[in-house]
Amino acid sequence: MKKKLAPYLFLAGPLALYFIWVIYPIFRTFVVSFTRWDGMTRPRFVGWENFIRLFNDRYFILSLLNNFKWMVGFVILSIPLGLFFAMLMDQKYPGHKVYKSLVYLPMALSFVVIGQIWSWVLEPSGGIVNTFLRWMGLESLAKPWLSDPRIVTYSLIWAALWRQVPYAMVLFLAGLQSVDREHVEAAIVDGANAFQRFWYVILPELRPAMVITITVNIIDSLRAFDIVFVMTRGGPYYSSSVMANYMYIQAFHNYRMGYGAAIAVIQFLITLGFILVYVLNVLKREERL
Amino acid sequence: MRKTLKATLFYILCTLIVVLWMVPFVVAFFTAFKTMDEIFMLRNFWSPPKTWTFENFKVAWIEGRMGRYFINTTIVTAVSVVGTLFLSSLSAYALAWYEFKLRTAILMIFVSGMLIPFQMLLIPVYRFSVVTGLYDTLIGVILFHIAFQLGFCTFFLRNFMVTIPSSLFDAARIDGAGAFKIYSKIIMPLVKPAVAALSILEFTWIWNDYLWSLILLQSDAKKTVTIGLTTLQGQWISSWNIIAAGALLAATVPVIVFLIFQRYFIQGLTLGSIKG
Repeated sequence: MKKKLAPYLFLAGPLALYFIWVIYPIFRTFVVSFTRWDGMTRPRFVGWENFIRLFNDRYFILSLLNNFKWMVGFVILSIPLGLFFAMLMDQKYPGHKVYKSLVYLPMALSFVVIGQIWSWVLEPSGGIVNTFLRWMGLESLAKPWLSDPRIVTYSLIWAALWRQVPYAMVLFLAGLQSVDREHVEAAIVDGANAFQRFWYVILPELRPAMVITITVNIIDSLRAFDIVFVMTRGGPYYSSSVMANYMYIQAFHNYRMGYGAAIAVIQFLITLGFILVYVLNVLKREERL
Repeated sequence: MRKTLKATLFYILCTLIVVLWMVPFVVAFFTAFKTMDEIFMLRNFWSPPKTWTFENFKVAWIEGRMGRYFINTTIVTAVSVVGTLFLSSLSAYALAWYEFKLRTAILMIFVSGMLIPFQMLLIPVYRFSVVTGLYDTLIGVILFHIAFQLGFCTFFLRNFMVTIPSSLFDAARIDGAGAFKIYSKIIMPLVKPAVAALSILEFTWIWNDYLWSLILLQSDAKKTVTIGLTTLQGQWISSWNIIAAGALLAATVPVIVFLIFQRYFIQGLTLGSIKG
């Protein structure tokens, strides 16, 4: 009897807190998404109305598409760059640790700080990017990075990559630890060149690290909020808005809690698929342990 | 010969990457030390200051009230990190060492909760804080951080605990040690490295949090550093030197912690490989 109770005694405190602040709110948000509610008066049940409206809401669709830009940007840029940095700095030449430390540094910063710093880097007249482009004689490429609706989202992704690439690099470096040296040696004996070794030996063994890193990047891209909020507030005219921002504006500026909750639910459903991939991978790893 | 070529290539490429990666830091650094005159006269962000000044840091710290925000952030971060580590070590212990019916289900609840988009929590958590009177209090933010991080920390510590040989646990059992004693005297000392890695990660995340302070705090006296920074942006709209000084001040603590405990931070990220 005592043995049966023990785990629950240990779990009681943590689970209680977790239920109040995390689990219950998740269900509550589902309920709220079917209501019209200003956050003060009584919520009114309206069925699917919020969801139907959302799909006719230009700005929501725009935000959704921007999230996909983030996703594609993260995956096609931080994966190859992170892998390249990892392969490069995995060579143990003297000083490799210092190089690593410096590249990792943005991971210690808040997105607010990152956003502010990049606002100066990308500033149109005196920012270093445009100054450099002009100095190279590429005046036509010096753009108003944060005020042109067509490119603003890409500029924000660029700023986010400053932190995202080192993160991918860390995950790949961990993956490289588990690559079997003997296989690589054998490939050398068989006369494989560097590219063949990478393509046929190292890359297949990096598969688990690859799946994890891609999934993490996708989930992060769907979570984007702080950088957008600090650098552009989703502007100009919602052109850089992402779902998280749009949800925040609707719920906390326009007091449309039901509508905001519906945005959160859609975001949740999109993320869910990727989470499942991730959890299944974790379980697979568990079985191997 | 080939060896030297390879080494040279390594150094060239690494240096190139690091220079690229450092540019934004240098920009912030230069901007923070410039005088107001220089900012308005030259309007550039890339040249070193003609006259170096510490004035901006003073203004950000005193007039920008960064000092006040620092105290708040320190309280929130310290209490949240300790709280979440303590509670998650309890739940991880239960999930790692006991066979019981709901074990897998509870573990899954913790794991899925940590991957949920935060928007799913915003509205109810905000409402709950208002209703319970926790809105605009540091304790409200602290409680939320503790709860929100429980999923990740439990998962992380449990994974570490299951690698401890169960013979240790059984031997202590036979000696008649109670469950809590085994937890505190045997298991906890063994998971110290994991706790170290986790506390560095959690410290960085909670110190740098922006969203939850934005949602759960309102009055100036309660603001955290990140919120303070955006307030600074609003007050000193084009005084980039003041804002840069504030940003550097805000970044100092996590950067120093990161540089000292880098090994733990990276270990934590690798073992957790969930969020960053």
